[in-house]
Amino acid sequence: MTSEEIFALLEPIIKTYLPQDVSAKEINRESDLTRELNINSAHLVDIILDIEDVFNIEFKNDDMEKLRNVNDAISLIEQKIAV
Amino acid sequence: MILKYNLKRTEIIAQLPYSEPFLFVDEVLAVSGENISGTYTFQKNAFFYKGHFKNNPVTPGVILTECMAQLGLVCLGIYLLGKEKSSSNPTFALSSTEIDFYLPVFPGEKVTVFSEKKYFRFNKLKCEVKMLNANNEIVASGIISGMTGPLNPKGETVDGN
Repeated sequence: MTSEEIFALLEPIIKTYLPQDVSAKEINRESDLTRELNINSAHLVDIILDIEDVFNIEFKNDDMEKLRNVNDAISLIEQKIAV
Repeated sequence: MILKYNLKRTEIIAQLPYSEPFLFVDEVLAVSGENISGTYTFQKNAFFYKGHFKNNPVTPGVILTECMAQLGLVCLGIYLLGKEKSSSNPTFALSSTEIDFYLPVFPGEKVTVFSEKKYFRFNKLKCEVKMLNANNEIVASGIISGMTGPLNPKGETVDGN
């Protein structure tokens, strides 16, 4: 799966948890999930659980610390589906 | 594995971060890694009855929600964190509630809260919670989620602020 294909699956997941005052157009690969997209910590967990379901992978607590922007999510997903 | 869950029911209440007039837990009846139950009796002279409603005291829905959250989420969260290592001064933040209300709760009524863990991952605890009155009728039920901390050994809170 290419990173573009991963992004295409990831974008609608993130969109679900965007606060009302953030437009879906603001989602790009450099977007910081909490600081720029204003996703709160509880919804960050929701996003991870949805990613786990969609990509059939499992995140660990350490992975959370590496997750800042959309690219971080994509590289974590790439690592996990490669295993 | 039962040995890992070593917090006693009274110790859970002692660790609650609330006090009067905003403590809505009397007793934890039973607790496990999956669920919890407990009771609270609404005091007839509680502060909110004076204004909710004028000359017609009924327990506000937000207070019922608070009671469900304190028992169903925070007490269970303390227990779940207690089985993990560093649980000194756990913090809690409510992140979402979706509750339906079915019956009024009047001053002096005793309620029982039952909560079932849906998941506890990455410090987010999500539970299905219901509240029953003394006649075993459902007063309220729904889903409550919250974040627990500290997230990491440095003691930072979940949001870093």
